[in-house]
Amino acid sequence: MYMTAQIIVNENYCKGCGLCIEVCPRGIIALNPDVITAKGYHPAKLTDESRCSACTNCALICPDVAITVER
Amino acid sequence: MTTVFKRPAALTDRQFSYCPGCSHGIVHRLIAEAIDELGIEGKAVGIAPVGCSVFAYEFFSCDMVQAAHGRAPAVATGIKRAVPGSIVFSYQGDGDLASIGMAETIHVASRGEKITVIFINNAIYGMTGGQMAPTTLPGQVTQTSPLGRDVEIAGYPIRICELLSTLDGVALAERVSVDTPRNIRTAKKAVKKAFEYQAEGLGYTIVEVVSTCPTNWGLSPVEALGWLNENLLPYYPPGVYRDVKAEGFANAAEASAARLAASSVADPTAGKDAEGGGCNG
Ligand SMILES: Cc1ncc(C[n+]2csc(CCOP(=O)(O)OP(=O)(O)O)c2C)c(N)n1
Ligand code: SF4
Ligand code: SF4
Ligand code: SF4
Ligand SMILES: [Mg+2]
Repeated sequence: MYMTAQIIVNENYCKGCGLCIEVCPRGIIALNPDVITAKGYHPAKLTDESRCSACTNCALICPDVAITVER
Repeated sequence: MTTVFKRPAALTDRQFSYCPGCSHGIVHRLIAEAIDELGIEGKAVGIAPVGCSVFAYEFFSCDMVQAAHGRAPAVATGIKRAVPGSIVFSYQGDGDLASIGMAETIHVASRGEKITVIFINNAIYGMTGGQMAPTTLPGQVTQTSPLGRDVEIAGYPIRICELLSTLDGVALAERVSVDTPRNIRTAKKAVKKAFEYQAEGLGYTIVEVVSTCPTNWGLSPVEALGWLNENLLPYYPPGVYRDVKAEGFANAAEASAARLAASSVADPTAGKDAEGGGCNG
């Protein structure tokens, strides 16, 4: 499917708190079990690039300002 | 693709020192976005408190000062009076603002110092390991109230916006929350409005942000947002407690004059032509 929007998570900032996962209306964010950041966290990751609506909910609630949203 | 959301320029690239999910970071971002949007980074001066946000001076790109515990509004007063064109904000927790710093808090508001106070109410002393704060709820378990806050012994929590809204120097007193994206949008507007009112010289401005401390509440970040919503918001209802502009006044001084009009001694416009309009007259 044609990609219309996406989020980019800066793994240097993300602390795996999961708040973005909670507020994503499409349920398309998950913590990535395959990555451990320098600080020891599993960072957030977009799981379905075709369904992001760029609503910015995830970025609004991210306490570590780790998320960039593109459309 | 175009970027629709990115890190504001008024934040440095330092990683925040806060625990995962701590709402201090959300509020930092809102302040930085307001600074960016108003184009005031060059004249903004922030005062960091003592508390978990003691390192706030590392996180904002504007000028920053770190004050002794509770004294941020006093430091802000000095800076604002010395450099009236600056936009000065203090950033304070509930222990800093409502406990050790309560005298400064009240007198700075009553003097109508043209500063902005950003008040992080997380109902606990976060930095020192979760002791009871002036804003800890009745029954809330903390390190120093292990059986829950007993109001017979510790008294009742203090509602800061309600309290300060009675003071004549206050131009804006608004309480917001950061538990949902929608409330975060409202919080952003309040912070921006406070800076705008300060720039217009309307009086003292405060934005109280009902916040979380997942670590010392003993909850996950997501659970902490739910606890805030269910327990803190009923006790600390979000809303505008004072807004002199919305009340139809030009500034806090004019609103104060209207309140005083009934008193011939205190009314600044009364007795101006008569001799000795004061208490001896
Ligand atoms: C004069 C003085 N007294 C006490 C302390 C210990 N102390 C450090 S931070 C703090 C309270 C922090 O709580 P709060 O202001 O609510 O900030 P939070 O960490 O919750 O954001 C206290 C009592 C101190 N540093 N200096
Ligand atoms: S922008 Fe909206 S839809 Fe896209 S990942 Fe974030 S919360 Fe989900
Ligand atoms: S809200 Fe931010 S810090 Fe928390 S998991 Fe999502 S991207 Fe990471
Ligand atoms: S102790 Fe509480 S207030 Fe302090 S950084 Fe951790 S979660 Fe935030
Ligand atoms: Mg606190």
